[in-house]
Amino acid sequence: MLKRVVLALLCTACAVFTAFVYTRKGQQGDVPPSDTARQGMLVWQGKNCQSCHQLYGLGGYLGPDLTNVAEKGDGYMRAFLKNGTARMPNFHLNDQEIAQLSAFLHWVDRSGKSKVPAQAVHWTGSYQL
Amino acid sequence: MLAATLFFGSLSSFAFLYPGLSNQSLPFYMLRPMHVSAALFWIITGGVCGILIYLPKVYPFARLAPRAERSFALFWVGTILVIFGCYALKQFGGREYWAFPPWLALPLLGAWACLMWAYFAAWRSRRDSPLYVWMWTTGIVAFLATFLEQNLYHIPWFRDSFLRELTVQWKSNGSMVGAWNQMIYGTSLYLMVRISGNEQIARSRSAFFFYFLGLTNLMFNWGHHIYNLPTNHWIRHVAYGVTMTEWLILVHIIQDFRSKLAQDRKLKHLLAYRFIIASEYWVLANLVLALFMSIPAINRYTHGTHITVAHAMGATIGINTMILLSSFGYFLNIDRLRPGLKKSISRGFVVVQVSLSIFWLALITAGVLKAWRETGLGMTSFDEIMQPVRQVLFVFALAGIGLLLGMMPIIRAYWLALRQQEKEKKNGEEEPPAHHRVPESATLPEEASR
Repeated sequence: MLKRVVLALLCTACAVFTAFVYTRKGQQGDVPPSDTARQGMLVWQGKNCQSCHQLYGLGGYLGPDLTNVAEKGDGYMRAFLKNGTARMPNFHLNDQEIAQLSAFLHWVDRSGKSKVPAQAVHWTGSYQL
Repeated sequence: MLAATLFFGSLSSFAFLYPGLSNQSLPFYMLRPMHVSAALFWIITGGVCGILIYLPKVYPFARLAPRAERSFALFWVGTILVIFGCYALKQFGGREYWAFPPWLALPLLGAWACLMWAYFAAWRSRRDSPLYVWMWTTGIVAFLATFLEQNLYHIPWFRDSFLRELTVQWKSNGSMVGAWNQMIYGTSLYLMVRISGNEQIARSRSAFFFYFLGLTNLMFNWGHHIYNLPTNHWIRHVAYGVTMTEWLILVHIIQDFRSKLAQDRKLKHLLAYRFIIASEYWVLANLVLALFMSIPAINRYTHGTHITVAHAMGATIGINTMILLSSFGYFLNIDRLRPGLKKSISRGFVVVQVSLSIFWLALITAGVLKAWRETGLGMTSFDEIMQPVRQVLFVFALAGIGLLLGMMPIIRAYWLALRQQEKEKKNGEEEPPAHHRVPESATLPEEASR
């Protein structure tokens, strides 16, 4: 009986916690994407970009983290997306796809910074962003 | 599936080191999902097989719904084949862990529904279930919940905020790992009970305490994936708080070490049990690593480095794969194979453990180097950061080949054992008793006193 009570309590707590996670607004950068950025997200997924790149440190390790790459400007991003590099294949993206991917990366960039500054770390070992 | 995981893994590691050479034919962005999907399906399918094999032994009078079981196998295996076909055609869905086109989630979901039907048909006749049945049930239900959550991104509202999108994605990914761990650890517990003959292991209060602690971690300890996400602070604080309860598990393992060692010494001549012993050492190593990585101040360095990969691969190969090899080994009765085959399993076992140790340490070294250069020294050029890291990863890639070579004789011996078992079944021979195997119908101490 006790086991079932504990299980029920845990499941209820998890449901409440999940509802909070889904509905509470984040700290910053909660801007809805433009239609172009939405399309860019699909290009990102369709070309499996996360296999090699990370966003907020999540994804592959072959290429750099691209969370804030948009800060370097459209020209910089375009050069890579258009031609590839010695390590990155040329995906033969057309101009529309490049614009969409750039819009997506701008949207990601606006959501925050991927690096945690040292001064944000609290004595408890946690940090606030 | 295991052989495919190791094969694609080895190819991926060299594609990672020499992308210029592989980009034309087998690019890394194609090999990585093949490796990851093969690994995931090996672990999930292996976990499910353990349950389907052993549940009827726990409840001998219950019947799994055979049609549902067959449908699960058909949909599941069929979808996996289509997934690999899609990867070969460079069609991706681009999500971490689940990189296949999203529509393929539907047949997988259908397969899982069939599995649940089959499982619960037998589960209904339970009576005072031992802990491993609780764990199997938890794993099967939690997998469904997390798989559905993983696909919530199809609803535009979830994609309207990038932070929410990433949070929900990693909430489900993190908890899903807990789900398959419940299935596999449940099987490990079942095997320990059967091999040692001590049913009390799966009935004690402390065992249930640690089950609930594990379940709490499954539900609330996924936040370490997204510590650096500028989302609500309390998500980070809850995860940090819950993850620190894992120190209790570590203390418990260390306290139990001596008695465990005595039992291990008694049973280590059994090949199937030897894999369980290996998994216990890997639990210890990966738990220590996970505990440190889960402290946000340390995670600030380790996140996004190969230390995360060391943890993921250490857990999937060192813990999950070892338990699955023990589970299949017990089922196939590998301890009564001819001496030559037993020897090749023993040799393979040693090569795997040595290779895996080098593999794991190389990844940690690569991670420490990247963390130090990127976060410690504040370097910004990716190529500059990665220069010494790539040299260490060369050692990792070689150790990966060692892992593949060590695993091949084990896989071959298991394959031969399976064929032998099928032949015996066909000839109507009874299954010979395994050493130290407790009859499934053994009376439990509590039941006897009732």
